[in-house]
Amino acid sequence: MSHSTEHIDNPRTAVKPPNPRFRNWNIVLRKLKKNKSAMIGGFLILFFILVALIGPYITPYAPQTQIMVNKLQPPSFEHWFGTDNFGRDIFSRIIHGTGLTLLVGFFSVLLGATVGVLFGIIAGYYGGRIDSIIMRLMDILLAFPGILLALAIVTVLGGSLVNVIIAVAISSIPVFARIVRGSTLSVKKLEYIDAMKALGASDARIIFKHIFPNITSPIIVQATLNIATAILSASGLSFLGLGAQPPTPEWGAMLSDGRNFLYNAPHVALFPGLAIVAVVLAFNMLGDGLRDAFDPKTKE
Amino acid sequence: MTSAPNTYENILEIKDLQTSFFTKDLEVKAVDGVSFTIPKGKILGVVGESGSGKSITSLSILRLIEDPGKIVGGEIRFKGENLLDKTEAQMRKIRGNEISMIFQEPMTSLNPTFTVGQQISESYKIHQGLNKKQAKERSIEMLKLVGIPSPEKRVDQYPHELSGGMRQRVMIAMALACDPDLLIADEPTTALDVTIQAQILDLMKDLQERLGMGILLITHDLGVVAETCDYVAVMYAGKVVEFTDAKTLFKSPKHPYTVGLMKSIPPHDHDIEGDLSVIRGSVPSPAEMPKGCRFAPRCPFATDLCRENLPDLITDEEGNQIRCWIYSDEWNGDPEVDVHAETERTT
Repeated sequence: MSHSTEHIDNPRTAVKPPNPRFRNWNIVLRKLKKNKSAMIGGFLILFFILVALIGPYITPYAPQTQIMVNKLQPPSFEHWFGTDNFGRDIFSRIIHGTGLTLLVGFFSVLLGATVGVLFGIIAGYYGGRIDSIIMRLMDILLAFPGILLALAIVTVLGGSLVNVIIAVAISSIPVFARIVRGSTLSVKKLEYIDAMKALGASDARIIFKHIFPNITSPIIVQATLNIATAILSASGLSFLGLGAQPPTPEWGAMLSDGRNFLYNAPHVALFPGLAIVAVVLAFNMLGDGLRDAFDPKTKE
Repeated sequence: MTSAPNTYENILEIKDLQTSFFTKDLEVKAVDGVSFTIPKGKILGVVGESGSGKSITSLSILRLIEDPGKIVGGEIRFKGENLLDKTEAQMRKIRGNEISMIFQEPMTSLNPTFTVGQQISESYKIHQGLNKKQAKERSIEMLKLVGIPSPEKRVDQYPHELSGGMRQRVMIAMALACDPDLLIADEPTTALDVTIQAQILDLMKDLQERLGMGILLITHDLGVVAETCDYVAVMYAGKVVEFTDAKTLFKSPKHPYTVGLMKSIPPHDHDIEGDLSVIRGSVPSPAEMPKGCRFAPRCPFATDLCRENLPDLITDEEGNQIRCWIYSDEWNGDPEVDVHAETERTT
């Protein structure tokens, strides 16, 4: 074909129509704004992120400072959440632990989702034997309760925060793989994928450029919900002494410290426990809201 | 662009193509020994009812048959080379570059999350390694070529902002982006309304003449064939029953099935008395094919010979091909049989 190579200099800057991807985002955001619990969850998460970012610079006490004369003091104006058995300020420790908690939740989900999405999309796209092998592997992982699996992995790898992230990530892989496989199965049947094959696109190009952008919404919902689960699992592992090692101000570990003083100083366990509950609840509320908002069947 | 030194007369030659779908204990022959050729720069129409194997034939050419389907035999010679001998990587270079395809549903054949320009650009990025900016410029040229007004603006629009006819033009632009030698059009106008159909067909014919490519046009609409095609292959139940040039086909169809198809088109120059003629029955399921001629159970002229034995594809002196016992020496029915006679009018 003799393509005329005349230069087209017509950069007419007409109003760019909205990208459907962003258009959908607008609809999702609008639906989300009307969902009260999702908004509360969202703002709570924002609040925790803010605390994690600037909190450590404005806490009244350093998290590791032990003032033994002040040990096991009940909440007061001086120590809002009281002090623990080493005389450390619990309020400061919780603030310092916020970032840690969020990072563990975020990175374990990021890791788990990346691997899970890859497995799921490959299983769904290629089908057949590859699908069977991957999904049976996922079934095996899924057969163990998440925390038990994580526990086993951490026991093998040794107790540390990084290993907790890896363990929690591995236990969340099958959930993502399943969801992504299902979505991939429905998208790959669409005619525009056939059209891309007929155009000579490679499998990798079809998978990452044409299928992946169309299956992001279930991934986002699952990731949000999974952050809550991941935080809970990580705290659980630390509670059992397999995660963060003392004196790291990790909430699960703090909870564990407090259980020895439940009768005479319940605040030592109460406040870290409440913090865990609040974060987990916030992510769950936002996740539920996102699921409804992404569902085209729910009305605006 | 391609400088294959070997000379070939036909852009595509299909010989005895067999594509089957395998279930646990059954082989379903969707395409069973299809043969036809497309001379360089000509348009071949493939007509047939739903389930006659037209679409499977076209997907077989691009080797896009998916599990549990498989090409089990035959040859697909494109520019003289058998596509069935190519590796998957070689096929990818051919797809979209030398052979491309447009689909039936312009509504679902475009990815809703990309602009029209981005989708046409895919061809250039895959086959010519152009960068974003170059690819976009070429895409605008392609949009211009397929007659889309103000292409500079349209190139940044999303499929949902275009009408069905526009989208099909975009599909054509995508398919023709790399200047293919063969275009496979699988019912390109079925989903469009009649006036747009005519526009798209005119466009395809016009582009075919300007770019000199061959077209394989799959359709179930004889009107479309009459308007556009040079040659016609009539398919029935996975086999070609008649292959001839379009003029001959419309002047004197030979196979009783083709005759039946023609008769079931309402004439627009006179009224018909009573009901429109129909072909009784329906296409046999590929799982339970008749033993003899596949059309025999529906054929008003069928004899025992037809029911027991499958006729071969006979080539006459003009090169037209027909798969029917009536035109063979073994014909044992009425020697004076006239397939064009008013057989019956049934509802």
